[in-house]
Amino acid sequence: MEHKQPLFRIAKRGDISKGRALMIRAAAILLALCTGGLIVMALGHNPMAVYADMARGALGTHTGLRETVKLTVPLLGAAVAIAPAFKMKFWNIGAEGQILVGAIAATYFGLYQVHLPQTALLVAMFLAAAVAGGVWGLIPAAFKAKWGTNETLFTLMLNYIALGMEQYLQNGPWKDPKGTGFPIIAMFAKNARLPKVLGVHVGWIIVLVFMVAMFVYLRYSKQGYEIAVVGESERTARYAGMNVPHIIMRTMFLSGAISGITGFLVAAGADYTLNANTAGGTGFTAITVAWLAGLNPIIMLFIAFFLAILEKGSNTIQTSFKIPASAAEVLTGIILFFMLGCEFFIRYRVIIRGKGESGHEH
Amino acid sequence: MEPSNAIELKDITKTFGEVVANDKISLTVRRGEILSLLGENGSGKTTLMNMLSGIYFPDSGQIFVGGKEVTIRSPRDAYELGIGMIHQHFKLVDVLTAAENIILGLPGKGPLDRKAIATEISRISRKYGFEIDPNRKIYEMAVSEKQTVEIVKVLYRGADILILDEPTAVLTPQETEKLFSVLRNMKADGKAIIIITHKLHEVMEVSDRVAVLRKGAYIGTVDTDQTDPLKLTEMMVGRSVSLNIDRPEPKEPVDRLRVEDLTCVNDEGVTVLDHVSFTARGGEILGVAGIAGSGQKELCEAVAGLQPVTGHIRYFPSEDGTAASAEGIELVGRDPMAIRQLGISLAFVPEDRLGMGLVAGMGMTDNMMLRSYRRGHPFLADRKPPRELAETIIRELEVVTPDVSTPVRRLSGGNVQKVLVGREIASGPSVLMAAYPVRGLDINSSYIIYHLLNKQKQRGVAVLYVGEDLDVLLELCDRILVLCGGKVSGVADGRTATKEQIGLMMTRTDAEGRNGHGA
Repeated sequence: MEHKQPLFRIAKRGDISKGRALMIRAAAILLALCTGGLIVMALGHNPMAVYADMARGALGTHTGLRETVKLTVPLLGAAVAIAPAFKMKFWNIGAEGQILVGAIAATYFGLYQVHLPQTALLVAMFLAAAVAGGVWGLIPAAFKAKWGTNETLFTLMLNYIALGMEQYLQNGPWKDPKGTGFPIIAMFAKNARLPKVLGVHVGWIIVLVFMVAMFVYLRYSKQGYEIAVVGESERTARYAGMNVPHIIMRTMFLSGAISGITGFLVAAGADYTLNANTAGGTGFTAITVAWLAGLNPIIMLFIAFFLAILEKGSNTIQTSFKIPASAAEVLTGIILFFMLGCEFFIRYRVIIRGKGESGHEH
Repeated sequence: MEPSNAIELKDITKTFGEVVANDKISLTVRRGEILSLLGENGSGKTTLMNMLSGIYFPDSGQIFVGGKEVTIRSPRDAYELGIGMIHQHFKLVDVLTAAENIILGLPGKGPLDRKAIATEISRISRKYGFEIDPNRKIYEMAVSEKQTVEIVKVLYRGADILILDEPTAVLTPQETEKLFSVLRNMKADGKAIIIITHKLHEVMEVSDRVAVLRKGAYIGTVDTDQTDPLKLTEMMVGRSVSLNIDRPEPKEPVDRLRVEDLTCVNDEGVTVLDHVSFTARGGEILGVAGIAGSGQKELCEAVAGLQPVTGHIRYFPSEDGTAASAEGIELVGRDPMAIRQLGISLAFVPEDRLGMGLVAGMGMTDNMMLRSYRRGHPFLADRKPPRELAETIIRELEVVTPDVSTPVRRLSGGNVQKVLVGREIASGPSVLMAAYPVRGLDINSSYIIYHLLNKQKQRGVAVLYVGEDLDVLLELCDRILVLCGGKVSGVADGRTATKEQIGLMMTRTDAEGRNGHGA
């Protein structure tokens, strides 16, 4: 009877049940696997075999599993670091740079203070990384608190400065004299390397502790409450008598410090050196992790692990099926796209012309 | 279909998520009449009208304009059908002139023919009795002038069905009178006018018929001369109510706050408070009246320690006003924390409830601890006392909420206000400032708020009530401070002053400052 209704309309959903939201997410992953399967088929492979190989490569063997856990550590560390900043609606996309300066500070001790006993040296590296990362987070926070600068651009640009610093050190003062002319930084001495627990460097325990601590901090502490209030409305925070600039700076120092420590874990636990790839995009992927987890640190563990499986898995199929790296990345991208995209359908429903009533879901 | 029907709505339904904003509403508007659309906030008036003006699209139902069924998908469709809406919040470009705003968005090629536009605007103005200067920029205009621009804009586009959403909310009584005479001229010209309002005396004064909505449902349409405010209230609320507000006699009021020479210059360099001086007494409700934006907000925020100001705000703690407190405690220069640390309990119900007084995304418990979370354990927040307070407030003020952890933004306006007022009163204040505490509330909730304020007054609290409805101010307050353009234009006795007196005081300094059109 309605003649010229618009073709389709988008309407906000009321509350959606947890089960239904889960169903939409499951459907999204299934759809992603199907779409990815089409690409694999286009490349001339059997999708089922490729997916099975990805799973086997990431989880099936001890070495594979260890590698996957090793990839999870920095992702989880950086995601936990971002959580308080994002909770405050401070869009810190500078975890990448904060990781790197943390790694740089740790590397200084790892290269030049090796006379220290191992524990003392590792503690010094840990603290240096925390302070350096913290300061790298504090700078944009202070500018935002005092002059209202845009934190997104500011933190983004600090990433490039951190990268430039690393390259300067690698090509100049810290260049390995035994590197036969290659501009690389020397490998850390034995006592500057993190010990292993169950086959993976001890960093995995450290990030798990951070994860639980962050969960408690955000949910049960006074400072966590302040962060949530500032994030919702600065005017409300001022009304409540909170010192908003102080809270912004404190939170960003904390966020940067954890990122910095993550950099230390990568340098001293996984790579045993510093290079331009120490952060390697972790700081950006961590944003996806934090966001998909709804800023809940515990859920971040699962998301980070899942992304690590994808990464390790796509490395595996590159060698076993000779699938090019770019195609493996497309596969990962498709899965992420569907996972992020389905959040839209959890919040909204689409009503198609003529089906006004039947489109109303419960 | 009778040709005299300008608009006919049939079974219009609109839902947002699970909320049914309009439930099968049918009503007609005739040419040459003023129809009041009456209902409490949240009853669906604005939603219904937004479907006529093309902002929303109905889920189901039919709309007839001039007897023909139509589909309105966009504001442009609405314009083409001759429907124009004047929104509560004006949609004008500040840096453009009145004329530029009026023609903005109209099709046309080449340079503007400013002369022809100006001629057309003055023709419309003369016809209906507007006063408008086409070449004035919007930012130089008073609120009532902006509203005039909005109305002319709609008429310029040839609208013969006008919808006005709470047009008098921002006007003084004198300006309201003027608007009504313009509306009557338009009606005489055969235009159909719908005015959305919840002010009963205006309904009685200006409209021919009244259509009443309640909770999204259509209750009925009555001829204005066949009804009275009490009957209309019954239709609106669904049961009979008494419309009198209590005003207990103040018992031995003592000076609590003495404000002297308070001056505030805002970020844009505008003086928003200009040497304001007054005294607020414990055991009394001091009303603050004025056109919106006359400095009310800054005044409250200054007292609360949120607004940098010069001058003095002296607080007198002792009940008997002994020598020790003769000088009072200076509050200017102290932030909310510092004031609290002096042991002074100022309660403040700000105008912007969800953007300042409460955290919209948090539940009641977390909102209860907003001003008290620092107590207890040095690191962890104790949520037990706030949860108990939330439960007490739910019980005593009859707050409707599924749970203490449901985000307060999901509560209705009345419940949000009960949560905020409840928390502020629970802090045991000696000064209570409430800015527009009943704005957007239904009649029942409004009376609960008046009652709570009166109880605080009887406890000896100095209550500041910033209001916009002069009828309420005159019924509730002991004294009324009238602000105009950031200056105090007088303090009136709430028991003897009349609405006209207050209305004149609200515009008093306007006459010298701007070239107000002789109110």
